Amino acid sequence: MALVLKQPSVLPGFGLTLGFALFYFSLIVLIPLSGLVVKTTTLTWEQFWHTVTEPRAIASYQLTFGASFLGALINGFFGSVVAWVLVRYRFPGRSIVDALVDLPFALPTAVAGIALTAIYSSNGWIGRYLEPLGLKVAFTPLGVLVALTFIGLPFVVRTVQPVLQDLDMEVEEAATTLGANRWQTFRAVIVPELWPALLTGMAMAFARSVGEYGSVIFIAGNMPLKSEITPLLIMTKLEQYDYAGATALGVVMLVVSFILALMINLIQWWSGRRHTAR
Amino acid sequence: MSIQVDHVTKRFGNFTVLNDVSLHAKAGELIALLGPSGCGKTTLLRILAGLERPDQGRILLHDIEVTDQRITDRRVGFVFQHYALFRHMTVTENVAFGLSVLPKAQRPSPDKIQKKVDELLSLVQMRAMADRYPNQLSGGQRQRVALARALAVEPKLLLLDEPFGALDAKVRKELRRWLRRLHDELHITSILVTHDQEEALEAADRIVVLNQGHIEQTGTPEEVYENPATPFVYQFLGDVNVFHGRMSQDETVHEEADRPAPAEGDASDEHEVTFVRPHDLELSRSRTTPTQLEATVRFVITAGSRVRLELLSKDSPQIISVELTKDRYRELRLQQGDVVFVHPRQLQVFKMPGPSSM
Amino acid sequence: MSTEIAARVRNEEWKASLTSESALVRWVLIVAALGYLTLFLFIPLAAVFTEALKNGLESYFASFTDPDALAAIRLTFLAASLAVPLNLVFGIAAAWAIAKFEFVGKQILITLIDIPLAVSPVISGLIYVLLFGAQGWVGPWLAEHDIKIIFALPGIVLATTFVTVPFIARELIPLMQSQGREEEEAALTLGASGWQTFTRVTLPNIKWSLLYGVILCNARAMGEFGAVSVVSGHIRGLTNTLPLHVEILYNEYNAVGAFAVASLLTLLAIVTLIAKTIIERKTASSRTAHDPVWSAQPGSPS
Repeated sequence: MALVLKQPSVLPGFGLTLGFALFYFSLIVLIPLSGLVVKTTTLTWEQFWHTVTEPRAIASYQLTFGASFLGALINGFFGSVVAWVLVRYRFPGRSIVDALVDLPFALPTAVAGIALTAIYSSNGWIGRYLEPLGLKVAFTPLGVLVALTFIGLPFVVRTVQPVLQDLDMEVEEAATTLGANRWQTFRAVIVPELWPALLTGMAMAFARSVGEYGSVIFIAGNMPLKSEITPLLIMTKLEQYDYAGATALGVVMLVVSFILALMINLIQWWSGRRHTAR
Repeated sequence: MSIQVDHVTKRFGNFTVLNDVSLHAKAGELIALLGPSGCGKTTLLRILAGLERPDQGRILLHDIEVTDQRITDRRVGFVFQHYALFRHMTVTENVAFGLSVLPKAQRPSPDKIQKKVDELLSLVQMRAMADRYPNQLSGGQRQRVALARALAVEPKLLLLDEPFGALDAKVRKELRRWLRRLHDELHITSILVTHDQEEALEAADRIVVLNQGHIEQTGTPEEVYENPATPFVYQFLGDVNVFHGRMSQDETVHEEADRPAPAEGDASDEHEVTFVRPHDLELSRSRTTPTQLEATVRFVITAGSRVRLELLSKDSPQIISVELTKDRYRELRLQQGDVVFVHPRQLQVFKMPGPSSM
Repeated sequence: MSTEIAARVRNEEWKASLTSESALVRWVLIVAALGYLTLFLFIPLAAVFTEALKNGLESYFASFTDPDALAAIRLTFLAASLAVPLNLVFGIAAAWAIAKFEFVGKQILITLIDIPLAVSPVISGLIYVLLFGAQGWVGPWLAEHDIKIIFALPGIVLATTFVTVPFIARELIPLMQSQGREEEEAALTLGASGWQTFTRVTLPNIKWSLLYGVILCNARAMGEFGAVSVVSGHIRGLTNTLPLHVEILYNEYNAVGAFAVASLLTLLAIVTLIAKTIIERKTASSRTAHDPVWSAQPGSPS
């Protein structure tokens, strides 16, 4: 214990709490996850490579990552606008809107899935207007994009909001006294502060979208090579008892998740350093 | 309860915070641990409380070794710098806390506890706020509650960690006098950590001056102020003018150019330095002895109880601070630009390491 | 008095106009924001309820009294009532260790705890199938002893627990870190034992965030779809949770039934959001009150 603790502490319970936490976490999370990685080693490299590069898998990557990326971009832009409006302006119903922003986070994914499908299908509230225009949303990749945008909505708003709230008004006032107009002030003073939070939010939205399952499979169409996302492909392989295939793809997704989580941490660390360096 | 600190050393990582510190406090004394930030005084206090453990050395409370004793067994009252009041409890509940966590066998009845709390709140003049929450109190009020809370468990030793550090100057002065009166009433051995020399000089029976983990001097406030043992103590307690070379009341030594060159093997890695307090310098308009320093008046500040002058020495770029009584200043009728002659009434010479730099 | 207030408001508005956009820009932004939110948030929310009530109230309530629906409700509650307490104990233990002590690898632990959030739900289920499924590590041993984990309750509880591990810890850790250790140290100097310190000093300070963490953890546990879908086996009346039941109904073209059940889960989500708002208000007000900058008033008696 003396090796682990940097400073011996008078507060009790270190051994007990850390020990239990590590034990529980290893049991529930770490060991099962490593099981996945270990299982992959039972595959030969050829098998692994073949599975993760077959056309169906590649198509699913394109759809999953492509739609997630686009969704993150859309959320990046509109999420910032929403955050700005919520922090800077007052309008009736503002606090209700603010609370509802978290809905995609709290709502079960299956509920989101069927709701979005109902709306965008050909006789749905929105679908019925889009279809005559040639825009088919439900059961197409476009539907996947819509679903992933819904899912990622809170992430950018909630990372940008606190930064906006903590912005020092005095800096903006200083810029104004020096003659900057509103747009110049925005670009020179506000945007640099927001960048890290925006990037973090977008990365988080992206990471969440990549792994998303429930809200997508209803609206997606799920046609192999056309509108099939990677998590669904994994699910299908499992149902066919192709454990090896599912495992291989699972490892790919796991690695991507870790890389994204690492990136997010890096962005946060980098932005933290920028601030202290000042 | 008497306290004995025996050769205590404490390290945090590579940094030695306390270096072989020893001190002794008699029962009923109020001792101030005085020193700049980072000198180790708070660490020493926390070691006494049991919140830290020394790497080497022993602590004895009333001649019993307690170095390894747990905090909960030590019966020491600790007042934190930022009060550490329990934010979700009322003033009464805060003060009663120590009594309410006693083992059943020792715990007084709720009535007795309430009575004790009332007594203590009256003592610290917080009776009217008994049902308030900490966030409804000012800093000074919170500190008094923290003190009452620490006293509730009838500690044999009271430790105060910069208790008034977070308060305004005026509130600090009031509370420090009030603490002294309280101590005179209760006679609990108390150790007060502070970086404010005025506070230490006013409130303590004895002062322990700490610097970079070791004790520079221990003594009564008079001893420490009038007879500082080291340059650090001199400079830390009050303003000081530092003159290179040895001055005496009758003779002033000029630059090294006038001195014979030191022979080989001399202690030339030491030089002498004279310390004079601003109020110990005498000024006159004309030269009365050959040893006075000639200087020009740069600034005069008359606002305040005394007059402060800043002089520029003629022979060197040194700035000399002088404090005069208003009467003396009026006698001299000094103005900016006037030439004066400076002479020390009282001084102290120290040997400092390193060659003289002039 | 009201003219004073009016004057102050005018002053505030004038000051604000120095650093804010023209009215036109403001309105464009508001419209854009609300339009985006309407499209992606309000309409889906409204759709759940309108679709559910399409065939009237009777049909709506009938969806819940169906035996399969009742079984799904029971299973969902059961899984949540096991997953949430386990994660609660974990969350408190981890937050205590992280917030009150300095140790090697602390930052790594904090990062690790977020793992389940980063992992796709399908993977979360997959790993348990690989462990306990028929072809899994422990599979054959389980089959020998006739213990069913996958396609049975234990598997569902495990997957649900995995997915919701971080929630309570993530609520508690930053809060307890910002509260520091001083109050606990003070309690110890006053003679309190470790347990007394925790229950009487720490717990009351974290109670609101703890409550929200439990509510959020519960909502996510009850609503988990992907992970449970993998481990469940979809056996009607036996291993279907509410979200899975929604899927089944929908795939059978029983849209109204599906939305009716979905509306229950949506109400749960809305309750979670309300709880969050209330709790945020409570912790914000206590934070500003304790901030020395806020509570210092010039001229107040010491």
